Amino acid sequence: MSEDNNIIIAKDLSKKYNEHLVVDNLNLAIKKGEIFGLLGPNGAGKSTVILMALGLTEPSSGSINVAGFNSTREPLEVKRITGYLPEKVGFYEDMSAKGNLTYTAELNNIPYREIPKKIDEVLEIVELTKNKNQLVKTFSKGMKQRLGIADVLIKDPRLVFFDEPTEGLDLKVANHILQTILDLNKQKNITFLLSSHQLNLMQKVCPRVGILSRGKLIGEGTVENLGRNLFGGGKYRIELELEKVTDGLIEKLKKLDKVVNVNKVDNQLQVICDKDIRQDISRLIAAEDILMTRMDMKQDALEEIYLKYFKEE
Amino acid sequence: MRSILTIYRKELTDHFSSNKFLVLLALIYIAGLSSTYVALQNIRESASGLGKYVFLYLFTTGGDVLPSFITFISFFIPIIGIIFGFDAINSEKNSGNLSRLLSQPIYRDSVINGKFLAGITTLSIIIASIVFIISGIGLFSIGVPPTSEEILRIFFFIFICIFYGGFWMGLSILFSVIMEKTAASILTAIAIWIFLMFFLPIIANAIANGIAPLENASVADQIRNFNIGQGILRISPSTLFAESIAILLVPTARLFQPTLLNIVQTPPQNPLSLGQSLIQVWPQLVVIVALAIICFAISYIIFMRQEIRST
Repeated sequence: MSEDNNIIIAKDLSKKYNEHLVVDNLNLAIKKGEIFGLLGPNGAGKSTVILMALGLTEPSSGSINVAGFNSTREPLEVKRITGYLPEKVGFYEDMSAKGNLTYTAELNNIPYREIPKKIDEVLEIVELTKNKNQLVKTFSKGMKQRLGIADVLIKDPRLVFFDEPTEGLDLKVANHILQTILDLNKQKNITFLLSSHQLNLMQKVCPRVGILSRGKLIGEGTVENLGRNLFGGGKYRIELELEKVTDGLIEKLKKLDKVVNVNKVDNQLQVICDKDIRQDISRLIAAEDILMTRMDMKQDALEEIYLKYFKEE
Repeated sequence: MRSILTIYRKELTDHFSSNKFLVLLALIYIAGLSSTYVALQNIRESASGLGKYVFLYLFTTGGDVLPSFITFISFFIPIIGIIFGFDAINSEKNSGNLSRLLSQPIYRDSVINGKFLAGITTLSIIIASIVFIISGIGLFSIGVPPTSEEILRIFFFIFICIFYGGFWMGLSILFSVIMEKTAASILTAIAIWIFLMFFLPIIANAIANGIAPLENASVADQIRNFNIGQGILRISPSTLFAESIAILLVPTARLFQPTLLNIVQTPPQNPLSLGQSLIQVWPQLVVIVALAIICFAISYIIFMRQEIRST
């Protein structure tokens, strides 16, 4: 785990609340400039990992470094360069958006004369410029989430932690938030760590994910690689429902180009392959004179990988 | 340090612009001005027999209908302290602000220190302003300026009021740290106040009467009864506060005598100097200051050791 390329390095990180192990010996490295998704069901320990990275909670053992600073021993240095949007983002409801952002800016020691300009800049990014003087209590959940992003951006962070950034938002707003994350990553080279259990949404923005279950990192890598490891290789899975399944048919299917494996379950076959070969399969089955009642193709979606990992939970 | 000031400024603005501040201020001003009106009437009626410390009678004299200013303030200070502290931390947690606030580059104690200081400043402004207003009205109406000793006694009175309020604020901040719901923290603080203010005297009286009955009692037994009751009452900061301000604002009053309340109304002729009064109430003052510090220190320690959760 090279310190130069990684902005977050967790080594043997564990956290116990009373005697309950919430994070179990986590080893993780997140590269500068990447968008990393930390996935897992509720209670998997995602938020605790973020809180330890920010120095808000002390690890029971192990260490976590952010941009070369030890989060436990140098929390102020870490917090100076990171932004954090909690799952339930709170603002002072009786203050305006501008008032809330001014308060955050002051806490970050931003010079007074620069604050108004900074506020205008971040509100423009999240498209809340015209709501600048509106009281936060009149904001919708989506607007508050966008204000949360503005609040995080006001300190020009190098790394941003978003805890469940799309939780409770409708699809349009969630997509808007994710697009903002992508834009910020691209334009300002900000590293993002997104924790979520909304896998379909995370898949859109996170090239690399880590899957956390009961505090353990049980899978890490690109979505494609996770799928390959899990389903025995092959990018695509073609499911066939047939009148009958013969050994001869299975052998012939295995010999088709780009087929990695063929699994049989009753009268169903699952063909794992690296290419969309549905036409070849149709031809072969027709030649064998077997009636096919259904054929579906599935790409290894994060949702399925996730379900596979958590089928025992 | 700058972060404490930022939080302090924000909290102070919140207090001054809050409805609870306006309501409390209005209540205290109404109570203070009413008691001053009654006090002025009494002073005018018996101007010749009041002795050296006429000005202090503005704060200690009540009437048949309205009690004195010090009685009012004894009642209101705990309420102000509780109201400005009961939701200091748990409301931040419940609104989701605490984790966002602590993710800024500030030390965790800046939050609790800034809030406590802002609460104490607000309390000080409320108390000092009403005392100065009463003094101004008194000066204008009586036409006799306060002596330097009276001014010092008034300043000591304000000082004790602030620490007494600090105790209640520290206590309610403690409950706001350890209790999740704001309703629970305010109710617990008020329950303690009601117990100390209203039930402890009943309990102390019952115990004193049980140990040293007053029926056909000798003078020695009456004094013993008083001492037992007063000893139990001194568990309460309210008693310590009442004794301190009575001795400070009524120079002729003495501690450890059963007729203390009568003395306030019909003073004997030998007033104590400020130094002697302070020596009399020194233990009370120390305990009030210590209680305020202890309550805040416990809140501080618990808050610093608490696990921060994301919601």
